[in-house]
Amino acid sequence: MATITVDGVRHVANLARLEFNDEETAQFTEQLARILDYIGKLNELETDDVPPTSHIHPHQIFILGSEEGARHVAKPDAVKPSYPIEAVLANAPEPEEGYFGVPRVVDRG
Amino acid sequence: MPLHELTAHALHEKLKEREITAQELTEAIYERIAEVEPHVKGYLTLTKDIALEQADRADQGFQNGDEMPPLAGIPIAIKDVICTKGVRTTCGSKILDNFVPPYNATVMTKLHEQGVVMVGKTNMDEFAMGSSTENSAYQITHNPWDLDTIPGGSSGGSAAVVSADTAVCSLGSDTGGSIRQPAALCGVVGMKPTYGRVSRYGLVAFASSLDQIGPFTKDVTDCALLLNAICGSDAMDATSVDVPVPDFTQCLINDVDGLKIGVPKEYFTPALDTEIADNVHAAIAVLEELGATVEEVSLPHTEYAIATYYIIAPAEASANLARYDGVRYGYRNENPENLISMYKKTRSKGFGEEVKRRIMLGTFALSAGYQDAYYKKAQKVRTLIKSDFDAAFEKVDVIATPTSPTPAFKIGERTADPLQMYLSDVMTTPASHAGLPGISVPCGLVKSGLPIGLQLLGAPFAEENVLRVAYTFEQNTEYHQQKPEIQTNGVG
Repeated sequence: MATITVDGVRHVANLARLEFNDEETAQFTEQLARILDYIGKLNELETDDVPPTSHIHPHQIFILGSEEGARHVAKPDAVKPSYPIEAVLANAPEPEEGYFGVPRVVDRG
Repeated sequence: MPLHELTAHALHEKLKEREITAQELTEAIYERIAEVEPHVKGYLTLTKDIALEQADRADQGFQNGDEMPPLAGIPIAIKDVICTKGVRTTCGSKILDNFVPPYNATVMTKLHEQGVVMVGKTNMDEFAMGSSTENSAYQITHNPWDLDTIPGGSSGGSAAVVSADTAVCSLGSDTGGSIRQPAALCGVVGMKPTYGRVSRYGLVAFASSLDQIGPFTKDVTDCALLLNAICGSDAMDATSVDVPVPDFTQCLINDVDGLKIGVPKEYFTPALDTEIADNVHAAIAVLEELGATVEEVSLPHTEYAIATYYIIAPAEASANLARYDGVRYGYRNENPENLISMYKKTRSKGFGEEVKRRIMLGTFALSAGYQDAYYKKAQKVRTLIKSDFDAAFEKVDVIATPTSPTPAFKIGERTADPLQMYLSDVMTTPASHAGLPGISVPCGLVKSGLPIGLQLLGAPFAEENVLRVAYTFEQNTEYHQQKPEIQTNGVG
């Protein structure tokens, strides 16, 4: 397993939509490198033939048209009332005319 | 005994016999809060107006002679990661400082059907990421047994308020041990049900394949009552499992004759605190004397559980926490230059350090070129950890271990070293990977006076075995009756 560099931290921060000053970047680089070094112990294990576990109840199938014996848990596609717009916008930092306001993303042209 | 010290089942008898009213009980709890909460600091929000209204409703039912549910009129605290309609829900984060959910979590709907009294919302590590509750953006919660120590985490507030008798019981959430570890450190009962037993609808997501809601209580009987109230499949959570929910009070059987208890050798390493090891061995010996068969089992991949956890949980968290971008709810950084800068400034200022560390770790583990080496590798090791448990449960009914490798540590002791903090979860994360039900019950005190927890684990959906062993242990010991003396005159 690779370790992580200062440039790597900057790249990952951008992917995660986070930003750090130089001091924070240095600190995260050091800490993440140490944590990843510890996690490297997983390489002691031979896992080529081991299937991954993403969910502990494999009989729970989430898509329609499920395998025989499996239970699909998709809901019927029925129309139901949704929350009133006011309730949904009540927590919005900048509600605007029934929408979530954000900084302009398209030039006026 | 003062009202605030009583269990829910004892209080239910008094309410039913009209010896007390829910109003009196609720007032007694808030008097206790006035006395000790300034030192413990377990609550982020108190909801006294709502509580008194709910108590009044319960009293009307009792007065009318209605058949009242076992939790009617019982004061309960809720971890601030569970959505409560109309009541601020912060997740211990500044990014949700002003968030008021427009709906109730399914567990809240179920508790309201019981007629509970909601005392308030409890402190926690930000977004449930931590093992000491020191990662809360708001305050440090103090362990009632020693105010200079941490209560455990991430559900530290929910554990501390039950220990301090400022709530009769509470709900927490457990991703890698966040119910069991603080229960052990605060000397109360805490249980994580099987993954899928309880609906996660309205539980703010941290690591979706691991998160599960569960109770903190003063004894195992109350634990069964709360499980009865909150378990069951839910159309709003596709990962809740549609299996029959038994009446958990039926497994409160004071007898372990014929049950097989496995003791995994990998949990008793030389690194384990010797007082804890001795104490837990003594607890297992009690169960053996009561008729259980005790045998050693092996869970060979135990030592890989933390490394696996700190890939899977941060990876899922990095995806789940992408929603906090300042658009629909919560904090938004003002006067951004553009949309991307708004996202970055909002998230960088709104999240605390540990949350950012985990988002970084998770984003890295899922990023191009690293996903197979980290995330997929961890998922494969998760399979190995789960297979260890599957094999062990072929031979035994319940597995017994310490809940935490150490008693409560000092405030500030591990904050400088994230990895050291992560290792606090070494006893609890393996069962989380396998989705197992697990309980922590008090099993004594170390010489310095801090509580120790005995962890009992069962096969998936075998809560009944876990509760039966826990109940038998409790009925034949007095550890659960030990109470902290909170130093209300100290600095705290």
